Amino acid sequence: MGPDTTVSVRGLTRDFGSFRAVDDVWFEVHTGEVFGFLGANGAGKTTLIRMLCGLLEPTAGTATVCGLDIRTRTRDVRRIIGYMSQKFSLYEDLPVRANIEFFGGVYGLPRSALKRSIARLTAELQLEEYASAQTRSLPLGIKQRLALGIALLHNPSVLFLDEPTAGVDPIIRRNFWRIIYDIAGRGSTVFVTTHYMEEAEYCNRLLIMHQGKIIETGSPSELKTRHDRPTIRDVFIRLISERMQEENAV
Amino acid sequence: MKRRVFAVIRKEFIHIARDFRSLIIILVMPVLMIALYGYGITLDMRCIRFAVVDLSRTPQSRALIASFTGNGFFREVAGDYTPDDAPSLFRQRRIQMMLVIPRDFAASLATQAETTVQVLVDATDANVGTYIHTYTEQVLQGYASSLSGAVQPILRLEPRLLYNPDRKSTHFFVPGLIAVLLMLVSALLTSITITRERESGTMEQILVSPIRPVEIVIGKVIPYITIGFADGALILASARILFGTPVHGSLLLLALLGTVYVFVALSFGLLVSTVARTQVIAMFMTVMLTILPTFLLSGFLFPVASMPTVLQYLSRIIPATYFLVIIRGVMLKGVGIAELWLPIVSLCAIGTFILSVAVMRFRISLE
Amino acid sequence: MKSAVSIQGLAKSYGTTRAVDGLDLEIEQGELFGIIGPDGAGKTTTMQILVTLIPPDKGEVLVGGHDVRTGIQAIRSLVGYMPQRFSLYPDLSVEQNIDFFAELFGVPKSEMAVRKQRLYRFSRLGPFAKRLAGKLSGGMKQKLALSCTLVHDPEILILDEPTTGVDPLSRLEFWEILHHLHRMGTTVIVTTPYIDEALSCDRVAVMHGGQSLACGTPDELVSLFPHKLYAIREPGISLHDTLVMSIRGVLRVAAFGDSLHVAAEPDTSPSQLETELSAALGRGINLEPISPSLEDVFIHLIHTKRNDGA
Repeated sequence: MGPDTTVSVRGLTRDFGSFRAVDDVWFEVHTGEVFGFLGANGAGKTTLIRMLCGLLEPTAGTATVCGLDIRTRTRDVRRIIGYMSQKFSLYEDLPVRANIEFFGGVYGLPRSALKRSIARLTAELQLEEYASAQTRSLPLGIKQRLALGIALLHNPSVLFLDEPTAGVDPIIRRNFWRIIYDIAGRGSTVFVTTHYMEEAEYCNRLLIMHQGKIIETGSPSELKTRHDRPTIRDVFIRLISERMQEENAV
Repeated sequence: MKRRVFAVIRKEFIHIARDFRSLIIILVMPVLMIALYGYGITLDMRCIRFAVVDLSRTPQSRALIASFTGNGFFREVAGDYTPDDAPSLFRQRRIQMMLVIPRDFAASLATQAETTVQVLVDATDANVGTYIHTYTEQVLQGYASSLSGAVQPILRLEPRLLYNPDRKSTHFFVPGLIAVLLMLVSALLTSITITRERESGTMEQILVSPIRPVEIVIGKVIPYITIGFADGALILASARILFGTPVHGSLLLLALLGTVYVFVALSFGLLVSTVARTQVIAMFMTVMLTILPTFLLSGFLFPVASMPTVLQYLSRIIPATYFLVIIRGVMLKGVGIAELWLPIVSLCAIGTFILSVAVMRFRISLE
Repeated sequence: MKSAVSIQGLAKSYGTTRAVDGLDLEIEQGELFGIIGPDGAGKTTTMQILVTLIPPDKGEVLVGGHDVRTGIQAIRSLVGYMPQRFSLYPDLSVEQNIDFFAELFGVPKSEMAVRKQRLYRFSRLGPFAKRLAGKLSGGMKQKLALSCTLVHDPEILILDEPTTGVDPLSRLEFWEILHHLHRMGTTVIVTTPYIDEALSCDRVAVMHGGQSLACGTPDELVSLFPHKLYAIREPGISLHDTLVMSIRGVLRVAAFGDSLHVAAEPDTSPSQLETELSAALGRGINLEPISPSLEDVFIHLIHTKRNDGA
């Protein structure tokens, strides 16, 4: 484990009944990296993220986040990570400000620190004009920015984003990615899952999963060279369809 | 048109069959309620605690008290009480009945053709109240017939049923339960099945087909009417088997008027579904707007006549108020259309109003 | 060529919000037509008007030659529609779902078996006919939804963001089906947030604020890009985007992993830009001219429009 390793995953496995969702996964992520998870629906990305966040107990193996073991130091791990789930999970019936304050309270931020965080984030994410708006009435792109802001309230060292840009248009996506780069530039590590292969190109490093296993990892340019394909989309499709053909042949 | 309606009906029945647990609950729950309710009261009828206020203090009055304590059903709670003590004794559950023998009891027995004694009954539980009332009546009759003399005096009972002054028994409960359940099945299930489609997005997909809104409504409503009727029949049959609850009037008339009531109920469900955006809200609204009023304001639990004036007015716009009059009339008194035309017309009027508002709103809400 | 869809001056408001505001579009028969645009551009409202779910406030809309106000029944049997939040009955099997929609559309019973076989063949759902729809994977659900909208052999297929939230491989498979239908002569109109999907359409319209900003083949749209585009490939460069933005002549900067895309005024010389950038960043910078993508054009169009408005 190198000095700048933030997350180290060693043999993580998770079963749901007889179904193995994540199967003996090993990898390391460095400080300040934007790390992308790719895979078909049901490949195990969300399960993996949920284990790293301490939301799911691993069946076997373990992982450390900033040196903390996710199995034994779960509560400490949660304090230093931010998580934005696939589903929009804020209170739709509360005003934007109330949502932020509530989650700040959940993380036990002192009032003065919370105030500073809110001021900084609302400015950075351009949420000022929406502060007193009803969350329900916000456009999807703004809601997503709000959810991100809330995941960032407690200055997490590691940020997990599970399909943060599903269903939003390219302009909002580009804005969103600018923010992600800013966060990484300040020394946080960012995990992202996405179905947009254009977005995969934005990541520093990628990990492609299929049926719970890692089938490929590397930077976007490495992967494109290795598989001789012009885009990550082509690399992905090639890798997955090869796998599926093998399975069908067996 | 027929084919599309049948397609919807078939699909609804598949939904119902797949959700087997809910179906069982809908069908078994009412039977269970009838059984629990009916048996619950008969088991409780062993030892009725009562207090006596004997203002007469004569051998005659003491003989009357003895005929109560002597039969094994009543047990006297001794003490020096006045009629004013009754409410607090009832609340403390020390007694369930109070017998008040008037000062002129003995004299009246000797000289008058009719003598009155007062009986206060705790009727918190409607059926217990009725049973106590009935037993008391029998004891009084037994006492009267035991009196010697050429002319047997008539002992008139002046009952005061506290807390629940209407006399209701299982026989009374069954029609009420049918009214509530028909409302529950028709309004609740209709509103939920429609909002579910809207919530999940399937409604949009059906609507772009040549199907007309009215065909969707018919197709959705028929399966639930069927279930409602099965439920009603099941309640009638189990009440009959368990407690011998009769249907004095025409079954055909009952079915016919039941259909009218069900139509009113599901129009209400339809109306709710045009307003509610999610299944949870639909359920909440239906319970608040139909089930609760049916329970509380229709005369099912509390008689309309004993309600505050405002609530009496409110009860007039509740369909179940009229249906209760109809179904109790047909089942218990055996009356026909001639006696029931007023509630029937009222029910139809309310139904037509709700249905037309619902259909109008249904079209708009589809946009 | 006859028009499959003809929209002139279409407007639709919800309260004070103008969802569609003077839209003109001509879609020819047999076209594979894509519509892209940011959230709230009016795409979904337009689709819903085309399939007669909601009436227009203003304008002339013809679908297959029928007016959407008067020809509702005719249009509905002509059109297949897959809404944005497409959804099926999860407690019905694959086959029961298809049968249900077939009956709604009045497909003759004698033809059902043949139709179903054909739908199973291209969707590859045949082996799963008895499976409950709720137990299908995301990609399979979406193919089932498509099958249900195709059961009455529509001449015009209208799909509203059919592939949102679906993995790339399932998307590819889905688009193969669309291309197949397109070759068979079906008019396909599809909205999408994925630029790569729009690229494979015959023609694409870019919608914003309820209007069509541009419409043409993907190549035609790309040629609308008025600026020069360069890439700087350098590790860590993406963190300096604000610095790069401050250089004269630079219009827009976007980070792409370890590279930065820089849009510059067409009259700026690349060597001048290179010198200034190197000076600003304190190291030698290499500018590599690249050709704009449809996404670049899309963002340019929307930005220009927004700035005009402001």
